[in-house]
Amino acid sequence: MAVSHLQCKECKAEYPLEALYVCERCFGPLEVAYDHSRTSRDIGELRRRIQGGPQNIWRYADFLPLAGGPPGPSGRLASRVGLPAGCTPLIRADRLAAALGLREVWVKNDAANPTHSFKDRVVSVAVTRARELGFETIACASTGNLANSVAAHGAALGLESYVFIPADLEEQKVLATGVYGTKLVGVKGNYDDVNRLCTELCAERDWAFVNINLRPYYAEGSKTLAFEIAEQLGWELPDRCIVPIASGSLFTKIAAGFREWAEIGLLDGEQPRMNGAQAEGCSPVASAFADGHDVCRPVKPNTIAKSLAIGNPADGPYALELARRSGGSIDAVSDEEIRAGIRLLAQTTGVFTETAGGVTTAVLAKLAARGEIDPDERVVLVITGEGLKTLDAVRGTFETRTIEPTLEAFEAGVTATAAV
Amino acid sequence: MTVLVKIPTQLRAATGGEAEAEADGATVQEVLDDLFARHDELRARISDDDGTLRRFVNVYLAGEDIRFLDGLATPVVDGAELTILPAVAGG
Repeated sequence: MAVSHLQCKECKAEYPLEALYVCERCFGPLEVAYDHSRTSRDIGELRRRIQGGPQNIWRYADFLPLAGGPPGPSGRLASRVGLPAGCTPLIRADRLAAALGLREVWVKNDAANPTHSFKDRVVSVAVTRARELGFETIACASTGNLANSVAAHGAALGLESYVFIPADLEEQKVLATGVYGTKLVGVKGNYDDVNRLCTELCAERDWAFVNINLRPYYAEGSKTLAFEIAEQLGWELPDRCIVPIASGSLFTKIAAGFREWAEIGLLDGEQPRMNGAQAEGCSPVASAFADGHDVCRPVKPNTIAKSLAIGNPADGPYALELARRSGGSIDAVSDEEIRAGIRLLAQTTGVFTETAGGVTTAVLAKLAARGEIDPDERVVLVITGEGLKTLDAVRGTFETRTIEPTLEAFEAGVTATAAV
Repeated sequence: MTVLVKIPTQLRAATGGEAEAEADGATVQEVLDDLFARHDELRARISDDDGTLRRFVNVYLAGEDIRFLDGLATPVVDGAELTILPAVAGG
């Protein structure tokens, strides 16, 4: 495999491929480094190998941090092991594009993953690596989607799991976690409090916290979104991607995926502009972008977009660098705009997204209204989660007409009101 | 004021393996300076050349991020607990 070592993003110190996440020299975050010198430069062969792989993220195993390759008796059978993620639809959204005065908009619908969010990608990679390293218990600090995914992966693979969530999380996300038989812990506080507790706990327990001590591996899973988008566009790059930002990890890793493939020669052309999307009620990265800062000042979140409610975004500085370097931006939208975004996406594409997708769609609408997107651009909107998980966001936004089961009642009660 | 500083595992090599250390001072900065005076290596690991904390270092006083307080100038009370932790992404 091409995976080589862990490396500090700040001081470049190197570490072995273990459950490490912080540089002991400078406290910077560690990330996975690859040596692609032995990866085939026969692009046709490389593409055929990927296309001949399983219908999930393990088709990209050459670019993921697994020492033993994809799980299962063979790569071809990897789709039968655990809870495989990925290969979600990329939908051409012409009605959405028309509504915004654009020509080419694609929706990457990652709600079509096993637990209905992109988190299955990162958890698949982290948990598979955790098993390689010999861990028997997996755990996470979560805003909800990660909780669903860790609990489900634990169940699928027969690993014990502990899931820590803010005690006030949406009921749908709590129920969709507990059902898998995980040990669910509600923490009185916000996500940042949960995260701090888990970071302390991580030092005390021999557990694989997927987004703490396994974080370098976990984060790599997000690259598969970029790989899929490029493959689904016929091995081409989009001109622009709109991506939600919580910690900033997904945003930066999608760009890293495009870059990695361009370096290998799998993709040509300019790297896409990267636009980050945050909710105004938790917008430390958008605020830092607007103010020209290169670090984020933490905030106390207050937004309906709870899956993005990280007030202290660890990858914030890298998200800022990326947005500026790629010619993109990081914007924030209000809770009202988020609700409107959910409706706009649902009513023009048939895709019902959770609040995070409302944030992303609302930022696309905002950029289009500001005239920042050239109508000839090919834009990809990354929808990370499922609308059924945040039903409160659409409650009360439409009316159901109740009638007696007669034709007269229908004519009088529905046709008449519909005409108003 | 004497404060109990909790040292993360990644920094314990710089404190001779200690997980906790007592340090004195009236503010977070003074407490850290006192700690650095005894464990010089710690200073280089978590602060930049100009003395400010590196951007991936989080410091909590009684569980609250000091950036929500007065930062390094935040006053401390006797017996308070100061926790140093790395920033972690996730969600």
